[in-house]
Amino acid sequence: MGNTNKTAGGWGFLALELDGVARAADGDTAGGATALAAAVLAAESAGFHAVTFKDSPAEGRLNALQRAAFAGPLTRSLVLIPEVDTAYTEPFHASTQLASLDYVSGGRAGWIATAEDDPAAAAAVGRSYVAGDGLAQEAAASIEVSRRLWDSWEDGAVIRDVASGRYLDAGKLHYVDFDGPGYSVKGPSIIPRPLQGQLPVLVPASLVGAGLVEPSGVDAVLVSAPTAELLAEEIRDVRERLGGGSPAVVVELDVVLDARGQGAAQRLGDESAIGKPGSGGTDGARRARFAGSAAELADLLTEVLEVADGVRLHPARFDVDFEELSRLVLPELRRRGVLAPVPQDGTFRDLLGLERPASRYAATAVGN
Amino acid sequence: MTQHSRAKYQPSGKLQFGIFFQGVNSGTIWKAAESGSQTDFESFRRIAQTAERGLFAAFFLGEGLRLREHLGRPHELDVAGRPDAQAMLAALAAVTSNIGLVATQNTTYNDPADLAHRLSSLDLLSGGRAAWNIVTTDNAWTGANFRRGGYLDHADRYTHAEAFVETAKRIWDSHDPATGQWQRVLHEGQHYTVDVTPRLPRSAQYRPVLFQAGDSPEGRNFAARQADVIFSAHPKLDDALDFRRDIVERTLDAGRGANDVKIMPASEFILAATPEEARDKKAWVRSLQIGPQQAIAYLEQFWGRELGEYDPDGPLPEIDPVVEETSETRGSGFHGAKARQLADQWRAEAKEKGLSIRQFVSAKTSRVDATFNGSYAEVADRLVEHARTGAVDGFNISPWLIPTGLDDIVNHLVPALQERGVYPTEYAGSTLRENLGLATPERASASAPTESAPLEARV
Repeated sequence: MGNTNKTAGGWGFLALELDGVARAADGDTAGGATALAAAVLAAESAGFHAVTFKDSPAEGRLNALQRAAFAGPLTRSLVLIPEVDTAYTEPFHASTQLASLDYVSGGRAGWIATAEDDPAAAAAVGRSYVAGDGLAQEAAASIEVSRRLWDSWEDGAVIRDVASGRYLDAGKLHYVDFDGPGYSVKGPSIIPRPLQGQLPVLVPASLVGAGLVEPSGVDAVLVSAPTAELLAEEIRDVRERLGGGSPAVVVELDVVLDARGQGAAQRLGDESAIGKPGSGGTDGARRARFAGSAAELADLLTEVLEVADGVRLHPARFDVDFEELSRLVLPELRRRGVLAPVPQDGTFRDLLGLERPASRYAATAVGN
Repeated sequence: MTQHSRAKYQPSGKLQFGIFFQGVNSGTIWKAAESGSQTDFESFRRIAQTAERGLFAAFFLGEGLRLREHLGRPHELDVAGRPDAQAMLAALAAVTSNIGLVATQNTTYNDPADLAHRLSSLDLLSGGRAAWNIVTTDNAWTGANFRRGGYLDHADRYTHAEAFVETAKRIWDSHDPATGQWQRVLHEGQHYTVDVTPRLPRSAQYRPVLFQAGDSPEGRNFAARQADVIFSAHPKLDDALDFRRDIVERTLDAGRGANDVKIMPASEFILAATPEEARDKKAWVRSLQIGPQQAIAYLEQFWGRELGEYDPDGPLPEIDPVVEETSETRGSGFHGAKARQLADQWRAEAKEKGLSIRQFVSAKTSRVDATFNGSYAEVADRLVEHARTGAVDGFNISPWLIPTGLDDIVNHLVPALQERGVYPTEYAGSTLRENLGLATPERASASAPTESAPLEARV
């Protein structure tokens, strides 16, 4: 299978979704943070490249970006990718928050740009419910605002020039003058350019395409399929639809493993063992679910990483499945040479093989 | 008003410190060799951990909504560029264990349900150490970065803010621990509606601590009704005592206890081993805070025109301002001043005192009464009076150097205060509420109606 994005055959990265870790429960006031710290350190030492943080409203689910920021100083190489909604948030705040995450993680931040398809999310902030293509348009606008704001301080805008008394060079600061669906954003950003210049932006494939979020504005698409068998075909379709030079592909996969003397099928049948049944993909599409042994999962991931650039694993129960993943699955994948090396002191862009881009405004010689 | 709430104010006899990492201002020196990064995480970690070593109660961050401007383009002369407060505080939660984490967040360009959720998250992640410094803003210039634009009139900003805060409190109250369920929160106001079923439980300190800084009568009443701590502008002993008396009255009038609202004024400390060294250090600090370019730019902001031709070491410009009123573009302190009247007044004042532009601006911007300058022992003795009289509950310190600006305070002033018995020798507990000596809020009646009255119609 041809894959133009790969720098070396068969290499890809693994991201681990941490939902369910650090759910806040009443009376358990410090346990959440302790569990989160333990989970990110375990994920890093197990060799995961990245962790992701879901953010749709759910009981006890803490703000995703804050959980990622909390993990920043605790980890060294782990990429931190929160979901941040684009439909009902302030694009200016989202941009600042994501840039800040890049600072506290030393350039290891990414963004899963979601568009909440939920009337309750609209009502919470007193806005009208956005549906259909409107969601993709909100996502496109919010991503564009962030991208412009991240570039609005050129590199080296902080000059600290004692002779002229200038801390900043206003010539390297730019108004972004964004005009979008029902709002505008003036700029510049209130935080200097993120360490990576631009954070990698991951978007559910259903939001990406002509007239939606333009593929050129996306670094990776998240691809879901109803079953694991259909994933390869779905990836082909997405790549075809998005055309040449398309973004990297990251596959969404639920995982239920044989564990602790219980078969995966048995765990699936026993709701208490895996929590609520699979809730679907980031974009509402059904997510493929793998249920079986660690060896079988290693085989599946080897196949998938032949055609995809990365996989986002959603373990059914973090504590149970993580043990199997770290003890059996990752070592086997490493042995087969399927996994990309973890960049030491690297950025998320390094992991994706992306250059650090110049600011889009850098060509403007003077003024704004 | 119940009888018990009219009980007299009881001074605690103790002081607490907070640190305000400002990020945008002329008070932070960037021209010295020791001046570190304003954005690298290491600067924040270093100063937060130093503060925690000094048993500081709280670490404050400001909020940026629009980059400051000068004569229509970004202002170049002061430190600027700061992170999102809550994202940074969440990261600091991972590398600190006792210090409170205070996020300044405005009520105009945030949504109540979203902000309440994020503050709850920070409170839970930090084990009950989060606080919200409530600020308001209203101008269209700031609104140009946000979906709502400039929708709020200046006159409405406190009614709007109060409705916002009450909605946030109801969101934090909505979880019933007995049933594990959340009550739906509805609010219909003049400017926005909220319809949300919250999803986070209470934290170890129940809910985030509320700070507020308004100084107008309206702002003081707001604080007396809603806040736990006032981030005040009155550090000088006699002013602080007047302010305390006023706040105690207003707090009692609001039906709360005399000790329910703490006061921590903004302040700056310039300290050394001897009084002479401390005086020299202050001169050095002032010369680096307001350089010649900053002095001219400060006047330009009020004159509305370029004054680059004027000598910073000469008298104030004889030329008149071209604007009637100053705008908002350098922050709220500059808003709406009557420019010509002000220019006349300033020229007279500078002439009378024989001050150059630079000396005049330095005096105007340095808030003489907010600066504690002297040897460690001298300043410690002065602060003992603040503690003994109960004028303040502590100080919120803006360091003039990042990230080493607390070192003198933590290494020398804190031990001197501990020797004098007016500063804690250990953290009282693990939550901010415990460390500030604040009572745990009582949950509003579970059977209370879920829909609020139209709060914004209230005076």
